[in-house]
Amino acid sequence: MTAEAQNEKFVPVPVTVLTGYLGAGKTTLLNRILSKQHGKRYAVIVNEFGEIGIDNDLIVESDEEIYEMNNGCVCCTVRGDLIRVVEGLMRRAGRFDAIIIETTGLADPAPVAQTFFMDDEVRAKTKLDAVVAVADAKHLPLRLKDSKEAAEQLAFADVVLLNKTDLVTPAELASLERTIRSINPTARIHKTERSAISLDQVLNQGAFDLNRILENDPHFLDGHDHHDDHDNPAHGEPGHIHDEHCGHDHSHDHHHHHDNVSDIHDLSVKSISLRGGNMVAEKFLSWINDITQTDGNDILRLKGIIAFDNDDDRYVVQGVHMIVEGDHQRAWKDNEKRESRLVFIGRNLDTARITAGFNACAA
Amino acid sequence: MPTIAPLDLGEHTLFAGFVDETPMFATVDGALHVLEGAHRKVDAHKGLASVTISHDGKHLLTGGEDGKVQLTGIDLVSQTHSQHGSKWIAQVASGPNGALGWAIGKIAYVRENKGQMHELAHGRTVEGLAFFPKGLRIACAHYDGVSLHFPGTKSGTHILPWKGAHLGVSVAPDGEYVISTMQENALHGWRLTDKRDLRMSGYPAKTKSLSWSLKGRYLATSGAPAAIVWPFLAKDGPMGKAPLELGTRGDAMVMVVACHPQEDLVAIGYNDGMILLVRFSDAREVVLRRAGTSAISALGWDKTGARLAFGSDNGDCGVVDLRS
Repeated sequence: MTAEAQNEKFVPVPVTVLTGYLGAGKTTLLNRILSKQHGKRYAVIVNEFGEIGIDNDLIVESDEEIYEMNNGCVCCTVRGDLIRVVEGLMRRAGRFDAIIIETTGLADPAPVAQTFFMDDEVRAKTKLDAVVAVADAKHLPLRLKDSKEAAEQLAFADVVLLNKTDLVTPAELASLERTIRSINPTARIHKTERSAISLDQVLNQGAFDLNRILENDPHFLDGHDHHDDHDNPAHGEPGHIHDEHCGHDHSHDHHHHHDNVSDIHDLSVKSISLRGGNMVAEKFLSWINDITQTDGNDILRLKGIIAFDNDDDRYVVQGVHMIVEGDHQRAWKDNEKRESRLVFIGRNLDTARITAGFNACAA
Repeated sequence: MPTIAPLDLGEHTLFAGFVDETPMFATVDGALHVLEGAHRKVDAHKGLASVTISHDGKHLLTGGEDGKVQLTGIDLVSQTHSQHGSKWIAQVASGPNGALGWAIGKIAYVRENKGQMHELAHGRTVEGLAFFPKGLRIACAHYDGVSLHFPGTKSGTHILPWKGAHLGVSVAPDGEYVISTMQENALHGWRLTDKRDLRMSGYPAKTKSLSWSLKGRYLATSGAPAAIVWPFLAKDGPMGKAPLELGTRGDAMVMVVACHPQEDLVAIGYNDGMILLVRFSDAREVVLRRAGTSAISALGWDKTGARLAFGSDNGDCGVVDLRS
């Protein structure tokens, strides 16, 4: 408990995390946020002052400092530097309205996000609003091939800016969007040039807020399973994804394909979208607790809305690695289908086992 | 109840205490304040990141968000000792014979009285800094342990290992124990004579304030609804002993502790702004200040223990006079 938590007027400061590779357009997006005449003041935390200047009064440089928590769990990591900087910033909370953290292209977003759940003081004073990934459309396929961070940043994101769309063809763009969707079915994807986007698509997303979780997420609620949703256009057509079904040799020496996303089936980061009817609350809560303990290292994000048997209220759940938060949200509406939906995004997830576990919770 | 001379500074107060026996305060906006009859102030930094009183009690040593390390006395004239661009000086420490220490990222800097500089590089960020009471030895807390250095000598770095994130460090007045505060609501200690580890855990919150009592007989700590006071009088220190729990309140947390300079008493500042004075021997409590508008963030005694300066999160500060 802190003094701030006691003060009824105290409102936690929202925190937006920007991820993405060097040159993807993060700093351009940041400068757009800062230069808009919105009357809001931001504190910006950067890993290092880059070559492109950031036009802001309050910029703090912070060296990435990963802390493993002494609880035996390798994925329970936080960013010690952010704990310290946020604490310093919050002593003068009156000089800014929100915090933006710009991470390096190689940074793992999980410790950044977990800092806002695992450190009591940081958690009391701030609230993580969303993780925004900026991806360079031209170079994303290569990045996905040569690094694990690129896929993890997309997997972790609540909002993806597919940027520099002017540098690729419409076909390439459609294919990239499907690639991102296959990694992360719940993120909102925006296609941009020079990171131009309406700020209400980036800020105030409430992506970790159980009261708002998935409320504006058409991809989650529309009932499509994006794994089975590849109405793959014919080979050579715009948007075609080269995969194992398209019947030609995908040896690595063929250079006539400009879109290398054919290699997406090599990605170990993927999602599992689960659907079911009413669930038994005790079974589900026990299972979600167990699965995040046993598989937490590989689970990057999870989000879901669960219909419990004999319960008029929707139960919402969200998680990062081993951290899971769940709560009753609101009553099911009359015109709303009582349905349980849960999405896991992660690395090397065992689809069969997780699906079986979920189904076993059915009422 | 003792009288209180109030002072509203309107900013989070990082330091409250007596410099040259005069009440002095430091606020996060970078201002240093003297309360001597009238209130005087100077804007010493563009944002203050760290502050401590100099070893001789004559100056405040401050580290700014403006990259500056400065010494300022009650004349409010600042001497700048270092300038590191716009980096935050996250830690400062003051040692005997005018030695100054500060840390930025993974490097700790030590400046000897005559201006000789030493750079002490570490593998991880230096999160805490403390000089030993005698001689030029400094302890640097970091991830997985505390490094001890004799800057300016050929003797190498001595590492006190313990897994986890060490966020602060304090050295006992006799130099026998090094105590760190940790990320996971615990203290860790090392007895230097035999390298024995001390584990002081069970806190509901992080300990941020440590204070050694007269002659280092007790170590008072924050991070619980009571001041947790560990006994160091016996040969084995606090090993196997329960701490005193002083000033226990069901509905408040201890934020700052400051042991009295001449008696076994501790001033305890709570998150609701209350300040209690509690005696070790019988746990008797005296209210020095009733609950205020924000959490106590700083406490400091004068040399004789007759006056106590206090600061708070919102700048509601003052001086308690026990003589009245």
